[in-house]
Amino acid sequence: MSSGLMSYVWEGLGNTLLLTVFGALLGLVFAFIAGLGRSSERTWVRGIAMVYTEIFRGFPSLVLLFALIFIVPTFGYQLNPLFAGILALALNIGAYAAEVVRGAVKAVPPGQIEAAIALNFTPWQRLRKVVLPQAVVAMIPPFTNNLIELLKATSLVSLVYISDLTFSAQLIRASTGETALVFFGLLVGYGVIALFFTAIMKLLERMAARSLGRTVPSGLFGRKEVAA
Amino acid sequence: MTTTNGEFITFDGVHKSFGKNVVLDDLSFSVGEGERVTLIGPSGSGKTTILRMLMTLTRPDRGTIGVDGDYLYHEKRGDQLVPASDGHIRKVRSRITMVFQHFNLFPNMKVLRNVTEAPIHVLGKPKDEAEARGKELLELVGLGDKLDAHPSQLSGGQQQRVAIARALAVDPDVLLLDEVTSALDPELAAEVLDVLRDIAKTTDVTMLLVTHAMKFARDVSHRVLMFNEGRIIEDASPEQLFNEPEHERTKSFLRSVIDET
Ligand SMILES: Nc1ncnc2c1ncn2[C@@H]1O[C@H](COP(=O)(O)OP(=O)(O)O)[C@@H](O)[C@H]1O
Ligand SMILES: [Mg+2]
Repeated sequence: MSSGLMSYVWEGLGNTLLLTVFGALLGLVFAFIAGLGRSSERTWVRGIAMVYTEIFRGFPSLVLLFALIFIVPTFGYQLNPLFAGILALALNIGAYAAEVVRGAVKAVPPGQIEAAIALNFTPWQRLRKVVLPQAVVAMIPPFTNNLIELLKATSLVSLVYISDLTFSAQLIRASTGETALVFFGLLVGYGVIALFFTAIMKLLERMAARSLGRTVPSGLFGRKEVAA
Repeated sequence: MTTTNGEFITFDGVHKSFGKNVVLDDLSFSVGEGERVTLIGPSGSGKTTILRMLMTLTRPDRGTIGVDGDYLYHEKRGDQLVPASDGHIRKVRSRITMVFQHFNLFPNMKVLRNVTEAPIHVLGKPKDEAEARGKELLELVGLGDKLDAHPSQLSGGQQQRVAIARALAVDPDVLLLDEVTSALDPELAAEVLDVLRDIAKTTDVTMLLVTHAMKFARDVSHRVLMFNEGRIIEDASPEQLFNEPEHERTKSFLRSVIDET
């Protein structure tokens, strides 16, 4: 492949990784705000959080992206396309991951919170020192699924001319005519990136489990069996 | 026994129901400063509910609960008694702590940190001071060699002893113990009860205990309250209550628990 075409590959790879990583980080912020919001004692906080998760889970990421790119400018403000991509992906994945946060927080045994009250921790300390460190361990495996979903969804941005991996593949295909080969390479590329992210998450999972004095069997496909 | 204040903890007209189930109806009693009082009675008679209300884990529907002159759920504003603010509840609660049936150690903290976290972050003690005291307390409960263990690596009896050290570390005036050996095998229960006997002998902390270990109750308590259906039906010294119970219900209850063990 010529160096000109290779540079498409690198640019595409860079943007795909950028969209995935920043989409995930921003999505994580949305997920925690909405997920904890849904566990709040205040009705209005719960309400806002619920509206966000219900609405944004229902929007296809692509439609959300079109909205950000084509509707927002009518209010006189043009979003950077890459940022619009990150935001659309983050809003969508954040709504899914919020449910993960909510479920994991709810799964912390009530006795843990009662012990924290008996030691007179403030509500914020209960959350930060007792609930979240335990809940996060339970969040990581489902977050891995969310992250892979996000990675796959990044390919949608090629439809608004952001030069991600899929967009680059289209360019290369157009200039070489090697349709089958290029799309095969694209599949392999996404597969390798997915494996890479899965491996990182597996590492995080093991670290988190260790913080609770548990062990997770090693290996990328090791099942999450927890030894007490 | 000498109590400086016979009304250190007071329940006055306390009522609690869960739905239609009336658990406590117009309950009044008091506990003196430094007194160790054991609550006994059949399962479901409301013993846990009483401790949980003192720990602010369950709110009473009516009545007042006082700790050393302060109401737990009420504040005096002028002559009026108004519902307590969170700050007021936290202030009164700072004098009380509880050990639970299922230990409830924090799995995300190693043993020493379980014990030092509240002294450092709630009481504001310097870290080295809290750690020195934490080690001392873990030594006292026989776990001086487990400072760096995860709770999950300990036996139930060891976990419960850590929980006791953790409770003592916040320098409570009132210690609540709710069936702290019920989840343990007899052998492990015995080691926990031995630790508690030592503590009872060496501290003057006010204790409210719920237990089915009657010999232990007899050894450590100044007073025993027999509960039945949310009411105190007998209030006596352990000698009196265990040797010559007055009520038929107390007699049958004592027979049933002694048969069990
Ligand atoms: N959170 C709760 N919700 C509903 N009912 C409860 C709750 N906690 C306790 N109860 C009921 O209150 C009664 C007294 O319970 P409890 O105080 O635990 O009794 P004891 O500790 O003496 O066995 C029981 O009938 C129990 O079912
Ligand atoms: Mg009970």
